[in-house]
Amino acid sequence: MSDLKSPRAWERIFWPVAAALLLLCVWHYAVVLTATKVFPSPLNVEKAIAELIHKHLLWADIEDSLRRVAVGYIAAALVGIPIGLSLGWFPEAHQVVNPVLQLMRPISPIAWIPVAIVFFGVGDPAAIFLVFLASFFPIVVACAAGVASVPVLYRRAGRNLGLSNFALLRKIVFPAALPQILIGLRIALGVAWLVVVAGEMIAVDSGLGYLVIDSRNSGKRYDLVLAAMLMIGVIGLILDLAFRQLEKLKSVRWGFRHAA
Amino acid sequence: MPEDQAGSTPGNGYKLRAEQLGVIFARDGNHIAALEGISLDIKDGEFICVVGPSGCGKSTLLNAMGGFLSPTTGSVTIDGQPVTGPDRRRILVFQERGVFPWLTVEGNIGFGLSELPRAEREQRIAHYVQLVRLQGFERAYPSDLSGGMRQRLQVARALAVNPDVLLLDEPFGALDSITRVIMRSELLRIWQTERRTIVFVTHDIDEAVQLADRVVVLSSRPARIQEILTIDIPHPRHISSPRYLELRDELLKQIGLAFEI
Repeated sequence: MSDLKSPRAWERIFWPVAAALLLLCVWHYAVVLTATKVFPSPLNVEKAIAELIHKHLLWADIEDSLRRVAVGYIAAALVGIPIGLSLGWFPEAHQVVNPVLQLMRPISPIAWIPVAIVFFGVGDPAAIFLVFLASFFPIVVACAAGVASVPVLYRRAGRNLGLSNFALLRKIVFPAALPQILIGLRIALGVAWLVVVAGEMIAVDSGLGYLVIDSRNSGKRYDLVLAAMLMIGVIGLILDLAFRQLEKLKSVRWGFRHAA
Repeated sequence: MPEDQAGSTPGNGYKLRAEQLGVIFARDGNHIAALEGISLDIKDGEFICVVGPSGCGKSTLLNAMGGFLSPTTGSVTIDGQPVTGPDRRRILVFQERGVFPWLTVEGNIGFGLSELPRAEREQRIAHYVQLVRLQGFERAYPSDLSGGMRQRLQVARALAVNPDVLLLDEPFGALDSITRVIMRSELLRIWQTERRTIVFVTHDIDEAVQLADRVVVLSSRPARIQEILTIDIPHPRHISSPRYLELRDELLKQIGLAFEI
């Protein structure tokens, strides 16, 4: 990174691809050289993916995982954004709720799995509840912090131009906090995707997480385990890249450093 | 779009009056006097500059005039009505970061105009875009504008709601010196077309002598009015004319600065 030149177009594609290929080679020869019977090589994993697609298992599992994330995440956003905005808007309320919030936040959503099962039994609602919890806290915290850090100049200018309290929230505070709210939503989506996999390993019997644990339990099919893991990674990446497109919207772009 | 609102002024002919204005801040149990006994009468359409040592309370004075803080003693009246809170009839313009970055130039100028019918709003936006010479940038966002353009935008947004009084808090303080000079002549041009009453806080002596009808010199904290200097040079002002230099020297002396560095 010492030179000032930005890398050429082909280099930006070539080197990452080369690094990935190198990693695959190391993996492949490690499997070959150790002559392991348990751990699959990249080729085995590729065959496993083909097998999953062929048996129409993969799409059903992906669909189940995505559906749980969508429902839990959207519910968390619908509940969390208004709560977060209110907490940022009313510092008194924030002081009251903050200790509880800070206590709940570091509890891994995975630790909630037993609670989720007690509440909802084994099934979709339990997994959705976990996703909801996992996304709820980052969203609330980001919204509250976003509102609280709106420069006082903007509020003043808004009041000066004749805005009442509610209009101030809608026309100044929300758009001014939106970049930070989006960052919170993006973090929450990442966590939601992490947590749904964990939840599916225990609380339900479908989805990519279930595919991982089921492939291991029924016959130690580590090729399927790795295939599922790979899919989890690819989908997580796609979700994140898709969300990042929102940051390019003109009305929020000012809040993101990379687009300056 | 100048509108003659002077008709409603009761008798005395002054637009804005500060009477025995005092502001005391309570901070950590200490009382800090920021302003003391400020009495000032500003005529309708007058251009007033306020100078003084840094931290003396210039911005406090402006905030009190804008209704953003209530004075501890005394009062501010505009057209005979006491100022009790922020109001669209007097708009404060900040040094920087005053425009809304999530809105376009048009969106910023039209921000205070949402209750107007669409056609009128658009007409007014177009008028002020032209007045501050931002034609061609109507759809641009503040991040695409230069610092000088952003300040022009802020002035346009302030003027668009048709205020009686513009309160400018070191509006060109964050600009480079060349842009600052250009902005001064732009502001004078706008003031001469729109004829609003302007109170302009600055720490720049030249700025004050170039712009103001009268320059109010504040003392160090607690700020009192030390001197009011009338700049009796017609516009356009020649900044090397003897009278200009005389007034400039007088102002420097008032602030207690040496003429030689």
